[in-house]
Amino acid sequence: MATFKDFRNNVKPNWCPGCGDFSVQASIQRAAANVGLEPEDLAIVSGIGCSGRISGYIHAYGFHGIHGRALPIAQGLKMANRRLHVIAAGGDGDGFAIGMGHTVHAIRRNMNITYIVMDNQIYGLTKGQTSPRSAFGFKTKSTPEGSKEVALSPIELALASGATFVAQSFSSNLKQLTHVIEEGLKHDGFAFINVFSPCVTFNKINTYDWFKENIVDVEEIEGYDPSNRAMAMAKVIETGGMLCGLIYQDKTRKSYEHHVPGFREEPLAEQDLELTEEQFEELVNEFR
Amino acid sequence: MISQLSWKIGGQQGEGLESTDRIFSTALNRLGYYLYGYRHFSSRIKGGHTNNKIRISTKPIRAISDDLDILVAFDQETIDLNAHELRPGGVIIADAKFDPVVPEGVDARLFAVPFTAIAQELGTSLMKNMVATGASAALLNIPIEEIAKVVEEEFGRKGKTVVEKNIEAVSRGAQFIRENGGDSLPDFQLEKADGEKRLFMIGNEAIGLGAIAAGCRFMPAYPITPASEIMEYLIKYLPKFGGTVIQTEDEIAAVTMAIGANYGGVRAMTASAGPGLSLMTEGIGLAGMTETPVVIVDTQRGGPSTGLPTKQEQSDLNAAIYGTHGEIPKIVIAPSTIEECFYDTVEAFNLAEKYQCPVILLTDLQLSLGKQTAENLDFSRVKIDRGRIVREPEALESGRLFKRYEFTEDGISPRVLPGTKNGIHHVTGVEHDEEGRPNESPLNRKKMMEKRLRKLKNLRIPDAIKVDAPHAEPDLLIVGMGSTGGTIDEARERLAKEGIKTNHITVRQIHPFPADLLQPYYEKAPKVAVVENNATGQLADQIKLHLGDGSKINRVLKYDGTPFLPSEIYNSCKELV
Ligand SMILES: Cc1ncc(C[n+]2csc(CCOP(=O)(O)OP(=O)(O)O)c2C)c(N)n1
Ligand code: SF4
Repeated sequence: MATFKDFRNNVKPNWCPGCGDFSVQASIQRAAANVGLEPEDLAIVSGIGCSGRISGYIHAYGFHGIHGRALPIAQGLKMANRRLHVIAAGGDGDGFAIGMGHTVHAIRRNMNITYIVMDNQIYGLTKGQTSPRSAFGFKTKSTPEGSKEVALSPIELALASGATFVAQSFSSNLKQLTHVIEEGLKHDGFAFINVFSPCVTFNKINTYDWFKENIVDVEEIEGYDPSNRAMAMAKVIETGGMLCGLIYQDKTRKSYEHHVPGFREEPLAEQDLELTEEQFEELVNEFR
Repeated sequence: MISQLSWKIGGQQGEGLESTDRIFSTALNRLGYYLYGYRHFSSRIKGGHTNNKIRISTKPIRAISDDLDILVAFDQETIDLNAHELRPGGVIIADAKFDPVVPEGVDARLFAVPFTAIAQELGTSLMKNMVATGASAALLNIPIEEIAKVVEEEFGRKGKTVVEKNIEAVSRGAQFIRENGGDSLPDFQLEKADGEKRLFMIGNEAIGLGAIAAGCRFMPAYPITPASEIMEYLIKYLPKFGGTVIQTEDEIAAVTMAIGANYGGVRAMTASAGPGLSLMTEGIGLAGMTETPVVIVDTQRGGPSTGLPTKQEQSDLNAAIYGTHGEIPKIVIAPSTIEECFYDTVEAFNLAEKYQCPVILLTDLQLSLGKQTAENLDFSRVKIDRGRIVREPEALESGRLFKRYEFTEDGISPRVLPGTKNGIHHVTGVEHDEEGRPNESPLNRKKMMEKRLRKLKNLRIPDAIKVDAPHAEPDLLIVGMGSTGGTIDEARERLAKEGIKTNHITVRQIHPFPADLLQPYYEKAPKVAVVENNATGQLADQIKLHLGDGSKINRVLKYDGTPFLPSEIYNSCKELV
């Protein structure tokens, strides 16, 4: 059985020391081992950004795509090979700005994929512009007078889009982060995980300390029921979106793949492609 | 007796003209006639004039005709808009209900058939289409039994009474024509056809069928005219073979999902028209850079922007060839017949996997949607070649990854599918080394770029150009692509009658451009006419660029949204020589 070490490779990440993304990398490696995967069973599809580099830092199949398009690539891959465990990953700009359309529709579609957003509330790779997650008034290179737009609430968005699995976590809480990724990998459907992953270089407001002060753990809320969508929504709003842990899970709805007529367990990629002459004739006869 | 004629039916969109058309033409096809259809429609679903023209012949035809023999009209607007197309002595069959009037100056014989009245008598005015079908059949002397068989198939599900009523409507329409002497007009009596059972389909269906035969099992796509029928065909038939279609949120998702699926090892395609192709360009670059196979169909329509969404054009060549940033290996092929739509789709999947790059299949609206007779498709020609896939790679040294981008002589590297043991490697749109790891060193960059571009050096697909060059010393070489081939050939027949010698080349491999194949024919001709449905002459530009000489080129262009007529090409060519 593989351990988390088997998911390591010898590529040295080019992230800044202290970047929150290191913890996400480590948590994926641990979670994959914990749920019993071998490296070749896992594929990580990532977008563009500092965060997008993650697919190159884990020993597994990795596809580093284009900005905002990790999700459609991941969904195509999943359709080709149902047996693979597919993780999509990227930044908050990747998933909530340029790739927002895909995010909402991937959630609705509910394929058996785990999507991890490394949310640092800023654009890291392009050196510090505002992101859809930046707060109103937040000053960046592109908003010297402060952002004139309000921050998007990803958890509310996911719940409203029909998500069957919604979690939020924090790079400093490796235990919780690993746990929600594990649960996401085990979930039959689309698992949406937003991770507060601080950018130590460009975001001087939403720092590790800031998050520690503001985060509310679901475990601390008495009687919290993750199968209750209304409660989840209420608590997310109440905590100003700072709720962390497994926030919502619907175990009754089956993943997209189950709803495709005639879709077999055997991966499409392994099926026989050749038609028989009879099958071909039957198709052709429709045109006579 | 005549061997060919043209029939057109027109009315308001959404009135069910298609069913008349379908039943009439299916019956004709089964009798062995060659058919060539041209659909005129607006982007509105209901309302607005629409018409469908079919040319019917006992010999192969691949073009619409200049004029019209029979016009079937459901309203006066149809007559007013189309009667001028009728040849002298043509026939108008119109619903008596609207008191049809033949416009001044039009020499046509009118049969005012009580379409609606007969249909209402039989129960519902909806059946007026069937009355029109019967009337048309009688005029051409087509046996009503043949129509009845098709009606039975079409309405069988709705029960016996419905079938009987509809057949009755057909008979009554025929009877009316007979009683009024319409079944004995000699220049409308079609010769008997050979009875051979050929196919009758649109290009989009041939592409869908080709995709299934090629082993395509997944299609993510976003609806658009005139591509949607490919998606609709696959929605209907892919589940039978374990596959599926996803209607994505946009074309960016469509192309990147197809790329993800191909990376995963399933043959996947998407299809769109110009606007969608524009959205896909970054994804196409990703496929080129990551050497991931993907097949994209672009059914060209009138551009730019939303342009003429339901009209004919061939103006996406430049977008298909150049439409991505940076430099990637990419193949663009343009089938020119229904049969080629089928075979080329199979070929496109093989090329995509063999060369590990995007392949764009370029059709045009007339080829994609014009329903035509096609010769039977030869299944033995369907060969699936998946290229260099390694199923069981050898164990790797620790710390090493599978060399997915290995430098090879022909530039094509071994490919391994995710999930394979010992096959782990990285894929990225960032410049990378042989194992797929990001690498910015100038030396590696140069080698990788050359490796990718080397793959398509000297690529020539089968019949990269289609040559019909009977003359060693022609007066004119005509070059075209896509759906214009049949029209060019008809123009050539007329030119030949006047002693004008023409050769004809259809360019099928648009990119990389097969200049060497074209060169000898170009050199032999004193003049060259390049025929295309666009305003600037994009194919002519390619010829000029790659042959290094444009001095002989004359651009014969049409960009009003309608396909060329044989007479238009004839006139332009005649003027040239
Ligand atoms: C189509 C396109 N537009 C713009 C860019 C430039 N770009 C790269 S990453 C990025 C945003 C990065 O922010 P985020 O997604 O939050 O990731 P982070 O770097 O913070 O991890 C941008 C704008 C690009 N690569 N592609
Ligand atoms: S710039 Fe920010 S997000 Fe990017 S690596 Fe550095 S700390 Fe991380």
